[in-house]
Amino acid sequence: MTEQTIYELSQPGRGGVTFQAADVPIVDLPQGFERESINLPELSELDVVRHFTNLSKLNYSIDGGFFPLGSCTMKYNPKINEEVARLPGFAHTHPMQPIVSIQGNLYLMYQLQEWLQEISGFHRVSLTPAAGAQGELVGALIIKKYHQANNDRKRKKILIPDSAHGTNPATSSMSGFDVIPLASDKRGNVDLNALRSECDESLAGLMLTNPNTLGLFEENVEEVIQIVHQAGGLVYGDGANLNALLGILRPGDIGFDIMHFNLHKTFSTPHGGGGPGSGPVGVTEALMEFLPGPIVTIIEEGDEDTPPFFGFYYPQNSIGRMKAFYGHFAMHVRAYTYIGMHGSQGLRNIAEKAVLNANYLMTKVKQDYVLPYDRTCMHEFVVEGAWHDRPDVHALDISKRLMDYGFHPPTNYFPLIVHEALMIEPTETESKQTLDAFAAAMKGIAKEANDNPALLHAAPHDTPVLRCDEVKAARDLVLCCWIPD
Amino acid sequence: MFTPHTPQEIKEMLQAIGVSSIEDLFEKVPAKHRFPELDLPEGLTEMEIASELNEIASANASTDDFISFLGAGAYDHYIPAAVDMLLRRGEFYTAYTPYQPEISQGTLQSIFEFQSLMTQLTGMDISNASHYDGATAAAEAANMAYHIFRGKRNKILLSRAVNPQYRETIRTYMQGFDDVQVLGDEQGDNDRSDTQHLLSKLDASTALVMVQYPDFFGRVIDYTKVVDYAHEIGALVAFVFNPTALGVLKPPGDFDADIAVGDGQPLGIPLSFGGPYLGIFTTKEKYIRKLAGRLVGETVDQNGKRAFVLTLTAREQHIRREKSTSNICTNQGLMALAATIYLSLLGKQGFKQVANLCYQKAHYAADQISKLDGYQLTFEDTPFFHEFVITTPKPVSEINFHLQNHWILGGYDLSQDYPEMENQMLIAVTEKISKMDIDDFVLALEEIAND
Repeated sequence: MTEQTIYELSQPGRGGVTFQAADVPIVDLPQGFERESINLPELSELDVVRHFTNLSKLNYSIDGGFFPLGSCTMKYNPKINEEVARLPGFAHTHPMQPIVSIQGNLYLMYQLQEWLQEISGFHRVSLTPAAGAQGELVGALIIKKYHQANNDRKRKKILIPDSAHGTNPATSSMSGFDVIPLASDKRGNVDLNALRSECDESLAGLMLTNPNTLGLFEENVEEVIQIVHQAGGLVYGDGANLNALLGILRPGDIGFDIMHFNLHKTFSTPHGGGGPGSGPVGVTEALMEFLPGPIVTIIEEGDEDTPPFFGFYYPQNSIGRMKAFYGHFAMHVRAYTYIGMHGSQGLRNIAEKAVLNANYLMTKVKQDYVLPYDRTCMHEFVVEGAWHDRPDVHALDISKRLMDYGFHPPTNYFPLIVHEALMIEPTETESKQTLDAFAAAMKGIAKEANDNPALLHAAPHDTPVLRCDEVKAARDLVLCCWIPD
Repeated sequence: MFTPHTPQEIKEMLQAIGVSSIEDLFEKVPAKHRFPELDLPEGLTEMEIASELNEIASANASTDDFISFLGAGAYDHYIPAAVDMLLRRGEFYTAYTPYQPEISQGTLQSIFEFQSLMTQLTGMDISNASHYDGATAAAEAANMAYHIFRGKRNKILLSRAVNPQYRETIRTYMQGFDDVQVLGDEQGDNDRSDTQHLLSKLDASTALVMVQYPDFFGRVIDYTKVVDYAHEIGALVAFVFNPTALGVLKPPGDFDADIAVGDGQPLGIPLSFGGPYLGIFTTKEKYIRKLAGRLVGETVDQNGKRAFVLTLTAREQHIRREKSTSNICTNQGLMALAATIYLSLLGKQGFKQVANLCYQKAHYAADQISKLDGYQLTFEDTPFFHEFVITTPKPVSEINFHLQNHWILGGYDLSQDYPEMENQMLIAVTEKISKMDIDDFVLALEEIAND
């Protein structure tokens, strides 16, 4: 059944939520600016509740099932996060309140900064970036400003491995850099010779995801960093895959200069159907002065009787402000809660179980699928969603068929360096039973690809809508509802 | 904590992998730095952390405890209960970006409805699926304008009455382009009513002029001349708008704005100390291929049934990589859903009612405060919406300090952003404020002036 749009459901004259009449004398609207009417839908509260409840049922979600979407870390989002983020003491505070009246918020942000520093091995964290891609932009702008501060204006080149997320090159060009793709070697690592040949006086930096998007730990990571540093460049760490390293390795300890965190991946804040994310950035001591502000600091030390007094500061050579106010505070509350519940041992357990689950699933899936880089993986792995002897079956078909089995498909066609890639990240919160069921589905599909490929081409069969005509969507652009006059 | 593995299962899994311990899986991690002992407090149980968070939250004063007259980019509106009840559905908030349309129609259709509502609200042709907040939407407007002219026009003109934090954000984003000049908002040569100033700076190298409506001081200003002149010499015009104001005021589309951006926080999103909020980005249809961010379009599935998909994705970073004009990936999905539900619940009548209540109450407050000795409306002859500036007899910080004793959060101290605006308080009034609240505020202001 098709769910009608809010405008199709609308009935002229029907009212929803209403407000009391004005308790003050009425004055005229400013002359020449009055708006006649605004064409919003007219619905009852029940119409609205039923409509959005029905829409929600058309979605696949973590709460509803297994979501092995590579590089997205679709782990369980604890319900307590949602409760505490809505406490009136947090949710009903205005960003412009005097700091004396928001000491609780500042304490929480300060503590989260400290914890993220401890977890990552960086010297200072700014919580302001709104999402991972904005964290990357911070990183690229810091690299730019650092070289400018050294009066080193030739450095125009950012190296990006060919396995990187699309946001890395987009961020670099948005920051005015030339993007140089770096090849990977046969084991899925950065090709050291390719790297060395690009390391010259025009090198600004390297953006490196570790573990990379193949789910592999960069075997020569220390050497890679050393080579870039020797050439005068900085190394940016894309923290998208930090879940695999919690309590395992602190990127700051092995020489990364800058890194963003994805609170919505590693620290369990919900993905929200595409945001809000949250992308704090950590840097070494040498780069602290360039961080975006405001950052929380202790203005007056406390003692036994009085807690410290917190306030904001702006780094002296800051790249500037990334957005209004202080970042996605309600996400900071959730991440604080999550880290607070885990502690040191608990965080290490997350990474261990994430890596255990991925390796276990890889062992099972590779029985029927080509695994181009066959070595111990970290939190995810990539197989080919195609076979030489079944040439008309593609990663897309396998993905769509998985929906019939009740699973969300893996990330597909990424990373670009794997033919017909299927990128699978189970996360630590999934049980062995779920992994076994998924592996059985993958096995079943591999067999179907052989015996009855038409079944895969026609998949999915059982979803709210079937395969959609994306060409039509782009050709006959319809971006708004039909709206009655 | 949230890992389900039993010791027996761990054993079986390790055996299947062919290693003897979990540690063996981390061999490639440099041994010297492997397994650091993190200096973090012991992990707490859910009951303990809930109690800790309650305690931290109670160290704040919230707008539940105080009557708040703060605005300056974030507004305390009433949020109907149904908004949050629906947002709490796990089917919405634990879903991912709707890349798989067959199992994401809920998110896709709600974004499609959001896009529709935003075009109705602003009078613009098209809307994307959202940006991080109003400030970054404004920065993306500058970015888009720069790319529309392919770098041939390098001037971004900003009104000094655009939210100062938005202007800072635009400057941050523009650092990527060495040839871009961001100007027009300098102190001093514009006596705070800057239409003339902007007109004098507009020239053939201007890519974009940005104004705010109502402006940062709450004023409703007619920008017709700016728009006309900008279009005459080929520059684009962006309006930064407040969505609530558009419930009763003519929308940016009626002024022929090329881009209209704003923060959707007033549409059902809690204050939450500044975020997450909602960046709204609308523009003219002809700029669709230069638009950053996600777009949802209508199509059909293979049975001919109506369906929604992400469309024109070839503009975006995951396809175009270094050739895309913006790196935006994640947007504000759940916040856009909040705004969609809010506007659906209030509808045609309710939304207009809220806007009108804000307007009426703000005017009553302005009228009462300006009658007090020592206080006066700073921009006396200019119309305003639900925010206005008052010249105060004492520094604003001092007045606000005393107001806290009356359980009142006073307005924003403009001298923090405008050195030329000492003793200037920006006061916001929403529908949540009653006449009695305003009368209490007025009495307190009088008392503080006389102290």
